[in-house]
Formats: sequence, C-alpha cells, structure tokens
Amino acid sequence: MMKISRTLLSRAVALSLNRSTKLSPYYLNHTHNQYLLPNNLLGPSSCFWAHHSTTSANADGNLDKLPLPANLRHELMPRHVALILDGNSRWAAKRGHGPEVGHDAGAIALIEVMGLCAKWGIPVATFFLFSTEDWRRPKQEVDFLMLRFKKLLEDELENFNRQGIKISTIGDTSLLPISIQEVLEHTKEATKDNTKTQVIFAVSYSGKKDIVQACQNISKKVRNGVIEPNEVTENVIERELETKVTSIPSADLLIRTSGELRISNFLLWQLAYSELYFCQTFWPDFGESQFIEALQCFQKRGRRFGKRI
Amino acid sequence: MSALQIDISWSFSLEVTAIQAYRTMDNKQNRNSITSNLGHIARRCLFGILSMGPIPDHIAFIMDGNRRYSKKYNMDEGAGHKSGFIALTTMLRYCYELEVKYITVYAFSIDNFKRRPEEVNFLMELMREKIEGLIEEDSIINQYGVRVHFAGDLKLLDESVRLAAEKAMAASACNSKAVLSICIAYTSTNEIMNAVQQSCEENWDELRILDSCGAAYGLTDYSGNGDTKDRKSIVVTDIEKHMYMKVAPNPDIVVRTSGENRMSNFLLWQSAYSILYSPSVLWPEIGLRHLVWAVLNFQRNEFFVQKKKKQH
Repeated sequence: MMKISRTLLSRAVALSLNRSTKLSPYYLNHTHNQYLLPNNLLGPSSCFWAHHSTTSANADGNLDKLPLPANLRHELMPRHVALILDGNSRWAAKRGHGPEVGHDAGAIALIEVMGLCAKWGIPVATFFLFSTEDWRRPKQEVDFLMLRFKKLLEDELENFNRQGIKISTIGDTSLLPISIQEVLEHTKEATKDNTKTQVIFAVSYSGKKDIVQACQNISKKVRNGVIEPNEVTENVIERELETKVTSIPSADLLIRTSGELRISNFLLWQLAYSELYFCQTFWPDFGESQFIEALQCFQKRGRRFGKRI
Repeated sequence: MSALQIDISWSFSLEVTAIQAYRTMDNKQNRNSITSNLGHIARRCLFGILSMGPIPDHIAFIMDGNRRYSKKYNMDEGAGHKSGFIALTTMLRYCYELEVKYITVYAFSIDNFKRRPEEVNFLMELMREKIEGLIEEDSIINQYGVRVHFAGDLKLLDESVRLAAEKAMAASACNSKAVLSICIAYTSTNEIMNAVQQSCEENWDELRILDSCGAAYGLTDYSGNGDTKDRKSIVVTDIEKHMYMKVAPNPDIVVRTSGENRMSNFLLWQSAYSILYSPSVLWPEIGLRHLVWAVLNFQRNEFFVQKKKKQH
C-alpha cells in the first residue's frame, strides 16, 4: 500500500514539473531539492524516473535492474556514451536570462542523465563539462561554473553512492581552484567502489593535449629504455591516454546537443569509430525522451569498422 | 538570400542534366557539349556569388556508398567504385573552380584490407589505373595546377600501386595552385602512432649523440645556451611535423556521404574543430548542391565564430 501511494505521489510530482521552465534553484539561492520531495519519503526512485518505476527497491535500498524503455535492446546498448553538453547559454538567452541560469539548468539535466545511465546499466558515460578553451570565457561565468560544479559534487555524493555511480575525471584538474580539486578527490575516493556505471567528467580537457601527454609518457619510456621506438603501437598509445581510468576508453556513441556539428577537441582518438549523434535540443532540455531517441538511433545503425558485413 | 536561392535552383536544373549526361558519356566528349558549357557558366555565376563570403581553405571527403549505389542500380560492385571515381573528378572540378586550395579524400583505409580479397584486389587495380591517369597531360591535376600527395602507410600497398603513387607525386611536385591529398592505406591512429615513433626515434638519435659526448642525462647542457626547458620531451609541433597530412592545414569541413555519421578513423587529430556534414546521398550521386550547402553552412558558422570572438 505504501509502495503504491509512493509511486502515485512521485508520478504526480513528475507530471507537474515543466522541464522547459527549469529555472535555477541554485541561482535563486535554493538548493535543487526544492523541486524534489526528500529521498526518504519517495524512496530510491526520484520523481524524474517515476513514470518508469515498475519494480520495487529491495530491503537495503538498492534498485533492482529496471527494464529498458520501449524498443531498446539490451544487447545493442552502447558500452560507452560520450556527451557534449552544449547550449546552456543559448537556452538561457532564449528565456531572457544570463548564461549562469542556463548552466544551472544544465546541471539539473546532467544529474538526470547520469541517473539514466546508472538505471539502464550503461557501463561508462563521459561528460564534456569544461574544455581548455572554456578558460577564455568571461571570469564571472567561469567562476560560476566552478562553484556550481563544486555544489553538484557536494550535494549529489549521496545520490551517486545510492545509484552506484563511480566518478572519475579526465583533463588537467590542476588548473581548477584548490577547493574544487579537494572536493573532486573526495568524491572520487568516496565513489570508487561503485559498480553500476562509471561517469567520467572531462574538466579542463583537450583531446589533442590528451594525445600529446600520452606521447610524452611514451617518449620518456623510450628514453629510459623501457620500450624501443618501433615497439610503440596504437595499443601502447591508447593505454597512455587519460581514458585509462576506464576499461572501455573508446566511445560507442557521441551525443552533442544544440545542433552544432563539431567534435570541438573532445575525445579525438577515442571517437575513431564512434557513432555521432547531433540533436537540435539545447542541453538543459535534454532528458529521458531525447536520450531514448539517441539510443534508438544508435541501435539502428550498422557499424562496419571498415569491413563489409 | 532569395536571389541566391533563385540562382541555385536555376543552376541546379542545368547541373542535374549535365550530371546525367556526364555519367553516360565519355569525359572528353562531354566537356565540349552545349549542356556542359551552359552548366559551367551557371556554376561560375554561382561561385562568384558564394565567393563574396569566406571560402573554406580545406575540404575533406569520406567517399562512402559506392557499393550501395551499385546495389541500388543493379550494377556490379566494381561499377559502383568506378562511378565513385567519376563523382570524385566532378567534385574536384567544382572545388577547384570555387578555389578551394586543399582537398583531401579518404580513398582506402587500413581497415578496408579486412574486406574480401577480390574486392581489395579490384580496388588496388582501380587505384593504380586512376593514379596513372593523373599523370596524363590532360588530367584534372595538370588542368588546375594541383600537387598530389598520398597520405598513409604506403608500405602496405602493392608494389605497383606504391610506384604509381610515387610517380604521381614526383610528376606533380611543381604544381602549386592547389593540393590534393589522397589518403590511401591510412587511418588517423596509424598516422599518430607513426608520428610518435618518428618523434621518439628523432629524440633517441639526439640522445645517443649527446650520450657519446657525455651529456645524455641532461646533467651537462651540451649546447651551452643555458636553455633550461626540457628539450627532450615531445610537444605538439613534434607530432605535427611527422604527420602524413602535414602538407595541408586542418580541414574546415569534413563531408561524409551515405548518411553515416562517424569519422571512421579519418583525420581525427586534424578535424578537432571541423564542421561535419553528412548528407544522406550516396557518394556516386553527390552533386553541386551538396557542395554549395556545405559552403553555405561553413559561411554561416564563420559568421557566428567571428561574432563570438568580438564579444570576448
């Protein structure tokens, strides 16, 4: 009885939310949980997933494996999804707000998509949060992004552990403010034993610099006599890339929102054979239905890797 | 913009007729036909209008869809590849008329060696024949002053194809109006690996020379110029100078036909900021309208990039 009423209540909350008016709880000096009932009332399912909760939590609060949405097949699910979260500023500008509002709404979308990856058992998801070129943005915007990222890590740690999300990072995190580096290290340490999904945040990341640092490591090994130059193979280079934090470094699917048709110096080596999916939706509006559409499109594609099937 | 649309639609109808005739007639006959001349004039008008905006320096093509084209029209597989070659020469002609300086085409990937031996042999023979055709006096290369460059691990090719490639590169070395890079036995990861190997060997050679002078471990700065930077670690320029594609700048647009949306290990390093364009048309069916659309998209994007630069 309690389970049914909890499900009905969470469905009612989900239906009443209008995602396109996702305005900044943080920006308005509230926590993002303003729109969510406390977790101990709802149970493990958050209201964003409520209309798909068809199984119950077991006694210690872990989720049973939920079925995939309509028309998605388990055996064709990508093992590593890469996402370029583009369009926050344009989303906000359309509504007459500054970019900070867009980034805040983007953070909410990020949390939702991370949860979906865990829910659907996608082993690895890499999110392009901040590139090396983004340091050139106005200082106010960069400072806001840093603070918002820190807040996300602090507020969501419990959720990450509950959903089984392991957090890793790629990129030059030494350029981040010290306080954020500390929170990141703490988050990585606290989630290192989670196994549902590995979420990689690409922060201050450049695909070219990734390849260069791999090559520098290899040249040091050559200099120290560990390997000969002619023993440097593609596998050797791949093992030195920053994506060595995961056992699945190559992405099967890249999703870029906001309609831009570019990779913008994201994972270059790792996207060699990835299916590229570009959608017009701005990142803050990217949710479950858009993610399902991207996955359905991926599952229809014939991947040949240069051969003929 | 509406005047441009009228010009495009007018030249399209002429161009479609020209392409259909082109596919069934011999190249030399076709060049003199009235339809072809009219199409040429229309194109020049159109390109003149397009040239009022920025023209991309470098366009790269992934020529996908030859086999599906041959299936669609119940032709032999080989006929699909031959139609693909005709489409390539047509596109090259358009690009050179538009004064695009650098064109790169993905002719044969290292992964394609995994195909059936009969198909691989056919493709090798076709490539040898077409490469030898490039050296002829009336070829498109000599018409437009194009230097040909073959990018890839040429040691993996048949001897006859490799020799033909080297001859073509030597014969066109003096041409300077444009550069055509043909990626053959190429993958981007192989290109990067090769660049790293060569950089390491270069560093290793330097180290051995220093070692023989007793300065190998950086304890003595042999050059004596007091430079404290670590000169033995690889930097971006070391990798780029050993890339097969060092002859061309980064592509502005990467076009992949047949609707597939992936890079397939093509110019991964160089296309970090390129616009990706994936028309659903099969490669042998690609036409002027696709090139015009790609250039218009590029111009629109350039406008926003310049606007953003001014704001920051």
